[in-house]
Amino acid sequence: MTTLNPEATHATKAPLWTRLPVVHQLRQSIGLQRGMLVVGLVITGIFILTAIFAPLLAPYGYSQLRDDSGPFGAQQAPGGEHLLGTTVGGYDVLSRVIWGSQTAITVMVVAVLLSIFAGVALGLVSGYFGGWLDRVLVVVCDAVYAFPALLLAIVMGIVISGGRSDLFGGILAAAISITVVFIPQYFRVIRAETVRIKAEAYVESARVLGASNGRIMFRHVLRNATRTLPLIFTLNASEALLTLAGLGFIGFGIEPSSAAEWGYDLNKSLSDVSSGIWWTSLFPGLAIVLVVLGITLVGESLNDLADPRLRSRRAPGETAGVVAATSVVPGGTLAAGPGGIDGLEADVPAFNPHPNDDPFEAK
Amino acid sequence: MTTMAVKPSVPVGGRVSKKKTSPGGIGRYLLVRFLLIFPTIFILVSMVFWLMRTTGDPITAAAGGRLGADQLAERIHAAGYDRPIFVQYIEYLGQVFTGNFGTTISTNRPVSEILVTYGTATAELVFYALLVAFIVGIPLGMVAAYWRDKAPDAFLRVFAILCYATPVFFAGLLLKLIFAVWLKVLPVSGRATTSSELEMGFLPNKTGIYTIDALQTGDPAVFRDVLSHAVLPALALGLLTAGVFLRLVRTNVIGTLGTDYVDAARSRGVNEFRLVSKHAYRPALIPIITVIGLQIALLLGGAVLTETTFEWKGLGFILIEFIKARDFVAVQGIVALLAVIVALSNFIVDIIAALIDPRVRY
Repeated sequence: MTTLNPEATHATKAPLWTRLPVVHQLRQSIGLQRGMLVVGLVITGIFILTAIFAPLLAPYGYSQLRDDSGPFGAQQAPGGEHLLGTTVGGYDVLSRVIWGSQTAITVMVVAVLLSIFAGVALGLVSGYFGGWLDRVLVVVCDAVYAFPALLLAIVMGIVISGGRSDLFGGILAAAISITVVFIPQYFRVIRAETVRIKAEAYVESARVLGASNGRIMFRHVLRNATRTLPLIFTLNASEALLTLAGLGFIGFGIEPSSAAEWGYDLNKSLSDVSSGIWWTSLFPGLAIVLVVLGITLVGESLNDLADPRLRSRRAPGETAGVVAATSVVPGGTLAAGPGGIDGLEADVPAFNPHPNDDPFEAK
Repeated sequence: MTTMAVKPSVPVGGRVSKKKTSPGGIGRYLLVRFLLIFPTIFILVSMVFWLMRTTGDPITAAAGGRLGADQLAERIHAAGYDRPIFVQYIEYLGQVFTGNFGTTISTNRPVSEILVTYGTATAELVFYALLVAFIVGIPLGMVAAYWRDKAPDAFLRVFAILCYATPVFFAGLLLKLIFAVWLKVLPVSGRATTSSELEMGFLPNKTGIYTIDALQTGDPAVFRDVLSHAVLPALALGLLTAGVFLRLVRTNVIGTLGTDYVDAARSRGVNEFRLVSKHAYRPALIPIITVIGLQIALLLGGAVLTETTFEWKGLGFILIEFIKARDFVAVQGIVALLAVIVALSNFIVDIIAALIDPRVRY
């Protein structure tokens, strides 16, 4: 994107909406892969909508113990007034599950955004300047990366909240704990890309023209190094949720009076299971599984579609252009924009003006 | 890197060449990898120390609120926590180096003793979980690769993602509910029944690994009891990794199935089963071995959750107990030990990978 004349490329580009990250892959995919992507998108969509409309959907508040007709009662079986029953603490399971989506999405977004910013900044600086700072950062990040994520999150949880889960700190503590775990991943990806891009001719020419380090880093390197981020983003979002639930399960959860959190509810249901009470654990657990499943399906599909070896092929004729454009090698990168997609469409028309109306498809 | 990569004459086994090491050979690679363990362990242990210490001293954390200010100050002084933090840090590094992780505050036992007692239980659980992961993940991965994009593949890929998407504790709760509570075929929790534990307690040289101890008693009932207790935790933890193995085997077998030598083998009339299970599978094994290193970290993290779910008295279980008691000396010791285990297992895995594949050595 950076080196091409925008006017010239726009003339041959497909309509804007087909170049948006997910839409592009949706159009590119076929068969089973498209099925997985669609299922993932639907589940993720439902999850996001549930989180947004939780106040309307949930029959009760997340910390509500009684209504006009008196207390809910503990461990009530599903049915009647409480569709999914009540927990050992006397909360309505359905309401807790619905409200839990809000906590989950907040922690996921905060954690992933924080780690992207920190990881990208560190990776960019480390890869661009090199030297001793680079070496130290690489060794430290490798060490952190090798560390069991949950243990690191536990340590961070102790540091941030002192082992107690207070009212507001819970969400932030969980998010920051998860952030620390993820920083090395972004760091590694961005650093590797930066080191590669640094040697590209257009960076050389920018330097010759007298561009400052800051300008080269942000305008030339960063914009070309971020093409793999959407993939890691989806994969990490699900891991963030699993870590949050894990933290909640071992007692670093968010108190039920401040927010609903699925991991915490599962922890409280631990003793219920032995006495055959299934509804307090089944529904929060299913919520976690479904959300992680949905996001992972999206991430996996995007990953497979970006990898020409794994992408299911429509027909031999079409792939030539697409493989060249999507593989992470110099050439495609020159034209790729922030989402990693701009360049793809730009050189596809040279091979095939309508990638999805493939002439070979008829057979 | 260059010398080894270019030399194709190095045998795949690699062990023969180990003795007459040339510069850049496997000997040097082993040495470099071995030396790299120390900065890794150093960084992890230091990180844990400084992070934990930012919350204040361990005695205030454990006993604050229960003791008066005078008593508290006295105990902090006795334990040496009022000295400059850097002195304490150096002292701690020295202790870790000699395998001394201090004394727990809540139970007043040496941390190293706890590590041995509970570490064996965790090791046993992780071993069984890896066994489950291999038995489930590898054959299913080959099946998925062979029927790529067909119904079995679709089913198995969803299964793999479900393995990943299900938190181990939820999988554990479900397994418990189905097999222990509803079907009543397996025990709900623990490592063995009290009678079996008593019987094993009389053994002269206990290992702490119940499977071995049960064999030592020579009582089949005890052995059966110990194994039946291990089934559900191993399944819960193992399926998590099985999903990862399944996907890895699938991707790599798909890659090797398309190679010329597989085509050549097929044209020679090698049957399809052998083709997948021998020719395509062997080279696909290398990435799996390299990934096991990372899986150890994942398994240890998962073990913490599994042990809590099944009251399996291992490091994870006791870690949570110590966190609840706010005994941060013990927490620090356990976390440091786990970090060391991860660093060591990564080293071992790297060595195995280098022995199998000469291209890895650089």
